[in-house]
Amino acid sequence: MNSLMVLEIMVALLLILLSLLAIFSKKLITAIIYLSIVSMLAVLSFALMKAPDVAITEAVIGSGLVTAVFLFTLFSMRKEGEKE
Amino acid sequence: MKRIFALVLVAVVGILLFSGIYSMEGFPRYGEAEVSERVSMSYIDKNVTRENQEVVFGVSENLETGSANIVTSIIVNYRSFDTLGEVTVLFVSALGVSLLFGSFEGRLRSRYKPNFILRTGSKVVFPLILVMGAYIFIHGHLSPGGGFPGGSMIASAILLMYLADEDFRVRIDDFKKTEGIAGAMYVLLGLVGLMISNYFLSNFLDTGTVGTLFSAGIIPVVYVLVGLKVGSELTGIITDFLKGEVE
Repeated sequence: MNSLMVLEIMVALLLILLSLLAIFSKKLITAIIYLSIVSMLAVLSFALMKAPDVAITEAVIGSGLVTAVFLFTLFSMRKEGEKE
Repeated sequence: MKRIFALVLVAVVGILLFSGIYSMEGFPRYGEAEVSERVSMSYIDKNVTRENQEVVFGVSENLETGSANIVTSIIVNYRSFDTLGEVTVLFVSALGVSLLFGSFEGRLRSRYKPNFILRTGSKVVFPLILVMGAYIFIHGHLSPGGGFPGGSMIASAILLMYLADEDFRVRIDDFKKTEGIAGAMYVLLGLVGLMISNYFLSNFLDTGTVGTLFSAGIIPVVYVLVGLKVGSELTGIITDFLKGEVE
């Protein structure tokens, strides 16, 4: 078992842990940030599995565009009954 | 109780999937596939019609497709028609979004004012992201990436400006013109290939030496067109999404 394999297993465990945290977090903003970290770790795991093309696409779409769109939606939402 | 049940369900499905896949004949473990016995070898050697021969980076000349990136050589050369389909799918979804939101005016305003660091920092980062996006789609045939990631990077730069500046607006008509011209050029390039070498989207230019910037025939041209098209299309989608309700 070399050091690269240890890194792969650590990334996989962190992916599972952070996905669970993203599901069970109470505040939406923390869930979005956890989701962004999950995307970043997915980029790392794609790079470890020697798929740099997929990694670049995931980095741009997963942790860039999707997170920004989620954040903008969250900031634009109003609570029920709240005025401008 | 519900959570434990869900966890058990996920575990069982995962074990079934992995054990099923790995016990299958012809599905080797990760990194143990024998590529030389498969069809993919002729794609790696860039010789589908002739005998296999080794490709050397920076030395080999006049191959079927001169792209150093194998993924690019497949998706923009051998399977370029698929890429045209993908671009069309994105175009149809952008069309749907603009049909839904096109009549709205004004801009959605967030409740949070962007602070000083975000406003100034984004102006510094914006041109850098644009240049990086252009780099990725121009070098699509040499390094990882290509038209789709490069275009989305450009769109994400514009989304960053939307987040950071309340009064930022793009001139969306110019983006729509760019998108239309790039898409039409892609089809036109395919028709030129049809005229010259008898099949749609054929690589009719000289493929040059593997690994140089001006190589791989029409691949860089197609990727620049796809990058411009995807970038302007996603910018259009973002702009449509941020159109607010009329107040």
